[in-house]
Amino acid sequence: MQVPILRQGEYLIASFQAELTDTDLLRVRDALVEQVGRYRSRGVIVDVTVLDVMDSFATRTLRDIAHMIRLRGAETVIVGFQPEVAFAMVQLGMKLEGVATALDLEEGLAYLNRSTKSIGR
Amino acid sequence: MSTIRVPINYTTDILAARQQGRTLARQVGFSSPTDLTLIATAISELARNIIHYAKQGEVVLDTIQQNGKRGLAIVAKDEGPGISNIAQAMQAGYSTSGGLGLGLPGVKRLMDQFEIVSDIGKGTTVTAIKWVSRNE
Repeated sequence: MQVPILRQGEYLIASFQAELTDTDLLRVRDALVEQVGRYRSRGVIVDVTVLDVMDSFATRTLRDIAHMIRLRGAETVIVGFQPEVAFAMVQLGMKLEGVATALDLEEGLAYLNRSTKSIGR
Repeated sequence: MSTIRVPINYTTDILAARQQGRTLARQVGFSSPTDLTLIATAISELARNIIHYAKQGEVVLDTIQQNGKRGLAIVAKDEGPGISNIAQAMQAGYSTSGGLGLGLPGVKRLMDQFEIVSDIGKGTTVTAIKWVSRNE
C-alpha cells in the first residue's frame, strides 16, 4: 500500500491512506528521509488521521522518522491522532516523546511555519 | 460463538490478526471506537511478540459468553524460547529488545483479564479477555 507524499512548498506531507504493514511503514520512512534531501524540504507532516491502531512498531517508526529527518535538517510534525488511538497509546505507555504533534493538517502547517521561521534557511 | 485462528509467520500476519480481531469484536457486540482500538492494539502487540521472540505461532480469537456477559478472548500461542522470568517481563517498562518497553504490562492494561503461561524451551501462551461493557 503506497503512501502518497505531496510537496507543499518547502514541506512534504505524507498522508496514510489505510492501515499499513511494517514494510509499508519502513518504505514511508525511507522515502521521506530521501525526499527531504531531494527537494530540500524544511518540514514534514505525517498525517495519521486514518489509522485506527497505533502499535509499538508504528510508534517507534514515527519516532525514527522524526529523528532521522531532524538529522537532515528538517522538522517533523505528526498530526491526526484519533482520540481512541491517543488513549490506547497512553495506556500502552507509548508517549512519542521528543516528537512534535499537532491536531490536524492545518495546525501542523501552522506549527511548521512557526518553527522553520527561526531556522532561517 | 465463533473462533478464528490466525497463523503468525510474517509481519503481514500482524495486520491480518488485528483486522480480523476488530471484525470479530464488532460481531460480539463491541461498538465503542475505544474498545475496538484497544482490542486491535492488544492483538497487534501480542502477534508482534510472537514474531519477535518465537518467529512463528498463532493467534486464536474466540467470542465467549459467561454469566450473561459477552466478550472476546485472544490467545497468542507460540513454541518459542519461553520467558525465563515472567515477573520481570510483567514489570512496566521492562523490555529485552530495547524497544519502547511496552509489551506485556501494556497489553494487560488494555484488557480486562490477562494470563500468561510460559516455560523455557516450550513456548508461551498469553490469554487476554475483554468483556462488552453494559453501556455498549
